[in-house]
Amino acid sequence: MRFMFKTDYEDDITLFPHSGYIVTYGVLLAFLLIAPFVLSSYIVSQLVFVFIYATVGVGLMILTGFTGQASLGHAAFLAIGAYSAAYLQQFNVPFPVYFLVGGLLTGVVGAMVGFPALRLQGIYLVIATISFAFIVEEILARWESVTHGNEGMRVKALQLLGTTVSRDSPSFYYLCLAVLFLTIIGTLNLLRSPTGRAFVAIRDSETAARSMGVNVSLYKVKSFAISAAITGFAGVLFAHKLSFISPEMFTLQLSIEFIIVILIGGAFSPHGAVLGAIFIVMIDPFLTYLKDDLPVIIAGIAATFGADSITAGKIHGNVAAIASANGLKGAIYGVIIVLFVLFEPLGLYGRWLKIKLFFQLFPLYKRATFKRQKIYVKSERNR
Amino acid sequence: MSYFRAENLSLHFGGLKAVDSVSFAVEKGEILSIIGPNGAGKSSIFNLISRIYPPTSGKIFFEDQDITEQPAYEIAGLGIARTFQNIELFENATMLSNLLVGRHRHSSTQLWQELLFLPSVRAGEKLHRRRVEQVIEFLDLEAYRDKLISGLPYGVRKVIELARALCSEPKLILLDEPSSGLNVEETGDMSFWIRDMKTELGITVLMVEHDMTLVNRVSDRVIALNYGRVLAMGSPSEVQRHPDVVAAYLGA
Repeated sequence: MRFMFKTDYEDDITLFPHSGYIVTYGVLLAFLLIAPFVLSSYIVSQLVFVFIYATVGVGLMILTGFTGQASLGHAAFLAIGAYSAAYLQQFNVPFPVYFLVGGLLTGVVGAMVGFPALRLQGIYLVIATISFAFIVEEILARWESVTHGNEGMRVKALQLLGTTVSRDSPSFYYLCLAVLFLTIIGTLNLLRSPTGRAFVAIRDSETAARSMGVNVSLYKVKSFAISAAITGFAGVLFAHKLSFISPEMFTLQLSIEFIIVILIGGAFSPHGAVLGAIFIVMIDPFLTYLKDDLPVIIAGIAATFGADSITAGKIHGNVAAIASANGLKGAIYGVIIVLFVLFEPLGLYGRWLKIKLFFQLFPLYKRATFKRQKIYVKSERNR
Repeated sequence: MSYFRAENLSLHFGGLKAVDSVSFAVEKGEILSIIGPNGAGKSSIFNLISRIYPPTSGKIFFEDQDITEQPAYEIAGLGIARTFQNIELFENATMLSNLLVGRHRHSSTQLWQELLFLPSVRAGEKLHRRRVEQVIEFLDLEAYRDKLISGLPYGVRKVIELARALCSEPKLILLDEPSSGLNVEETGDMSFWIRDMKTELGITVLMVEHDMTLVNRVSDRVIALNYGRVLAMGSPSEVQRHPDVVAAYLGA
């Protein structure tokens, strides 16, 4: 176990409390930098999706994890970023410009959503953000002069520094990695500054935050704007990665996927967003595996236990029917959310911290260490 | 003119008069206690001062400035800090970040500076941290710096809430039942701290309290309330002997 002797206030502010952090993250970064040259193009492509989802996850985490304002409307923010990129591209606007415009425009829309959200809390806020997402989806489908309606829009490969960066090239991978990296650094900086602490204060007690001089309305709107802007930046990259966007890509299901990213990863640290993003990107290959291989395997097991070929064939058919049923993905999402909320509210990153602590303290680890106690009911009268 | 003044302050919930034209003044550097039976309107007065409720009528003055219409978040900026009867700490944060939120009114960094964590932000953070450390030392909280609030016992939370209020470097502090839920020893510590706040830090204290031992030990003056009205005002012993106060408590 490592003991930390703090000798300076700097030790509480720094992002890397000890040299172990620098080594671990250095190795991770080095690995990610050489990944496009050693890993297969399929895995690299999946990694790009992980980066984009993780960026959105970090954005959503600022709003939901740290400010305590739930949102099921982040697919709409992603759509605004993606569509502003596709639209501006038609007029030969250079990439850096429409990247910034896409993010900032989404930030402004986010602030506009933030204002009515000031009066709403909990489940009502969720409903309001869902309605916002439906409105955006509908606008994208109807405003044909700009969005080409349900036909969708084609997104050309992006031009940067005079070269064409195709969506499968290592350069695009590095671009997405850089955006995620800067997002995480910015978020960590924010969290160790007065604004980040004000967000956390609003999450835990609005009354106390106000009595300490935090302008709750202003900071809620700020949180919405920052969260939306990050999602907008991710949306520009998302549009380029898919090279084609249409309104039915930005549905409620996508918003739910973003919630899953932070719920499963752990909503209290950017680590969680990355882990959650890896998880959500892996679900699709996993479902394909279920469809293709699971029936054969189960039928094979049945055959070894003495089932005749007709029964084995029936089993194969039944399993295949279940594995390729419509809406299986939604059902799996639902089960996962319920299980995580019940058994691991701190998410995958929380689980990792527990495992780490177990080995650090071995054999003295106590299960109760991470149990959040809520002994005293807070007064609801001042709401 | 008084340092802090409430004039004909009233708060009505429908027909219920929680506070009924209460007037009082606090002099600079004194400790004024408000006592009274349950439901007398003590905490409501605090909630009026910190603008959680808008008053039905009446005015509040602080340093000769009318603060009746100020938004709630600006009250702290004027130098009025408060604690809560039922502890309103930021449960899922460490004690340090709780105390640093208390420094919020002194921070002046812009969002873009914070995103880049410019040297100015870093310098500000260190300054805040130094001030917080002084408060930690003042209230003997060294053992809890990196502990989450949700894992700390009630008595410690009570002190941390006081610490958070002190971190904002207030001129006037409102303590809502500082000794509720504390044992005899902790209450004793609390009374020392309240007096030290007055003598060492020069803070004016307005407090609501039920524990008469604590009230007698620290107060310069006492106000007794019942049914939202002032029954008596004066030194602790005068107020306790006042026939209306005795009647209110014993129901004579």
